[in-house]
Amino acid sequence: MPEAPIAVAMSGGVDSSVVAALLVRQGKSVVGMTMQLWNQRRLPELAPEGGATGRCCSLDDVYDARHVAEQIGIPYYVVNFERQFEDQVVKPFVEEYLAGRTPIPCTLCNNYIKFDRFLEMADSVGAWHIATGHYARIRHNEATGRYQLLRAVDDTKDQTYFLFGLTQEQLSRTLFPLGEMNKPAVRELAKSMDLAVASKGDSQEICFVPNGDYAAFMNAYLKETGVTPEETHGEIVTSDGRRLGEHHGVHRYTVGQRKGLGISAPEPLYVIATDPATQRVVVGSNDELLRDRCFASQVNWISIAGIDGPTRAQVKIRNRHAGAPATLLPAGDRVEVVFDEAQRAVTPGQGAVFYDGDVVLGGGWID
Amino acid sequence: MVSCLEQVYGNASSIHHFGQSAKQRLEMARRQVASLIHANPAEITFTGGGTEADNLAVLGVARGAKHIVTSAIEHPAVLMAAMQLEREGVSVTRLRVGSSGVVNPDDVRNALRPDTALVSVMHANNELGTIQPLAEISRITREAGVPLHADGVQALGKIPVDVDALGVDLYSVSAHKIYGPKGVGAVYVRKGTKIAPISFGGHHERDRRPGTENVPGIVAFGAAAELAGQHLAAESERLGALRDRLENTLLERIPASGVNGSRWNRVPNTSNLYFDGIDGEAMVISLDLRGFAVSTGAACSSGAIAPSHVLTAMGLTDDRARASMRFSLGRNNTAEQVDALADAVLASVGHLRRISVHA
Repeated sequence: MPEAPIAVAMSGGVDSSVVAALLVRQGKSVVGMTMQLWNQRRLPELAPEGGATGRCCSLDDVYDARHVAEQIGIPYYVVNFERQFEDQVVKPFVEEYLAGRTPIPCTLCNNYIKFDRFLEMADSVGAWHIATGHYARIRHNEATGRYQLLRAVDDTKDQTYFLFGLTQEQLSRTLFPLGEMNKPAVRELAKSMDLAVASKGDSQEICFVPNGDYAAFMNAYLKETGVTPEETHGEIVTSDGRRLGEHHGVHRYTVGQRKGLGISAPEPLYVIATDPATQRVVVGSNDELLRDRCFASQVNWISIAGIDGPTRAQVKIRNRHAGAPATLLPAGDRVEVVFDEAQRAVTPGQGAVFYDGDVVLGGGWID
Repeated sequence: MVSCLEQVYGNASSIHHFGQSAKQRLEMARRQVASLIHANPAEITFTGGGTEADNLAVLGVARGAKHIVTSAIEHPAVLMAAMQLEREGVSVTRLRVGSSGVVNPDDVRNALRPDTALVSVMHANNELGTIQPLAEISRITREAGVPLHADGVQALGKIPVDVDALGVDLYSVSAHKIYGPKGVGAVYVRKGTKIAPISFGGHHERDRRPGTENVPGIVAFGAAAELAGQHLAAESERLGALRDRLENTLLERIPASGVNGSRWNRVPNTSNLYFDGIDGEAMVISLDLRGFAVSTGAACSSGAIAPSHVLTAMGLTDDRARASMRFSLGRNNTAEQVDALADAVLASVGHLRRISVHA
């Protein structure tokens, strides 16, 4: 048998194209695969004028990925994970919003699709390792025997925040060739290898939501599943229960949000919380947004096996958060995060990811 | 075909002598294709492929009508033409099939209405290979005075086709399924059948299909039809034996496997098998990586695989539909290749079943 191939998840973008090309250049046997995750013809009311270009799983992206695969001479396939993606990413995304939380679909997609279903598909076709265009580093620590996840060298592109759910098994079979590179260098490489996608733009944050308008996506999806918009409406109240007005859907609000409340008040008002039981959106002053602690549940430990006492870490509570010094405390099957300084807009549904410098200790979901 | 590209560059519908030579080659091809299905050459209209032939038959006969009958296991070329008619206000009855993958003629009889304008049932199903009882169906449609169309793309060259014995009024065929070029097809239209064009711009093909004829493609289609006729009996027997060899090996050695649809009355080259517990998409890829091109389900525009509408229409569970594979054998396949394929399938099923135990 020849050497087992590496399965590269190719999105049709610059990063994953460079990954595939780099591995080929290193003499590896490579199979390219694009995951078909979402049918762009669904929810046609969301299609921007002129069609569905530049969005996840669009025909243009598949065309680009196939073109690159031809250029570098590797077998290429499109695999259909639409069913799994809807069940394990889109539905939870919608349900979380309706439950008053602010979900991270990319983490769910990593946990259940890219590093689970895709890994299984790789296994099925005789590949052992998978490679993706994520900006993160994996290192095997001989002393502890554990696979460690480290921040990317390019701090502006680092994606470790979305990867906190990776298990040791998943990490042992994954390659992130871009973790040591800067984005401009990746683009330069794409140009020098003459890859068809060298000048393509970066992808957006939530791939299945056109133009980042997740409220419009939610409305269209809920309509398709038979939920009327009125069912998501409710009251806007202050933290002491005063009614200030009405809102048109709990999913339109996220903790810390200031715009779109439609209420005039002497002081600026922010969303403090959303209450799924009553569908109330609670608003208040900026000070009311500060929290000195939170709980993280379903914690996945990566670089360490776990904690049995107070442990210092820097904790990121959203992707664009610098990371706040904190103490982690074991709390049953959860972890209590006590910040040195109170943090603004600690949002349920987001991840709390624990770092020790560049090393990701682990992470969980903010309750 | 090459000689035709080099030497016959006239427009077959022109009066000058360049055109006349093209016209002669075209009519020769028409006789060759007609002969393969026992039709009169004047009843053959060349098209740009099987899909266009199906579209022309369905839309050309039933546009503006009230009702048509078709089956749920038709090729998308018929199903989507029927959907278009539906959008235009025609009501469509889609006959279901049981686990045999064969349309029941009684269902056709029961579906007919006084205003039914067309019945369209394929000759051989492209995914299962099952042959539909056209002769029985045509007895019913004739009695009712309703034209019968059959998509014959998968049957041509694999089993004898006689449009009179079948009793069909329209019959679509494609050149590439009989080793002719891609992008050439034809529809047989029985003399006296009313059909309107679906594209406009010229008087070619007896006003049925405007546009300059693809002479090189059509000439090659004619040659392919002639060869298909010569080799049909022997090739049918050879392919049937190869197909049975493959099926017997796999079914004997792989537990929880079986044939989708009836094993009897199939075109000889097609085999649709299930191997419970495996992911067909993964198996297609692993076999492709080993050099075997097999298929499962239907390809989306992206190239991804969607569950087969044929298997779903037969009532297969989602899991079994996903665990199903279609094997198609052809002129160049040998017993050695079939044995190598069987080995690869055995290995692949074993591997995939081991993985799904862990998953």
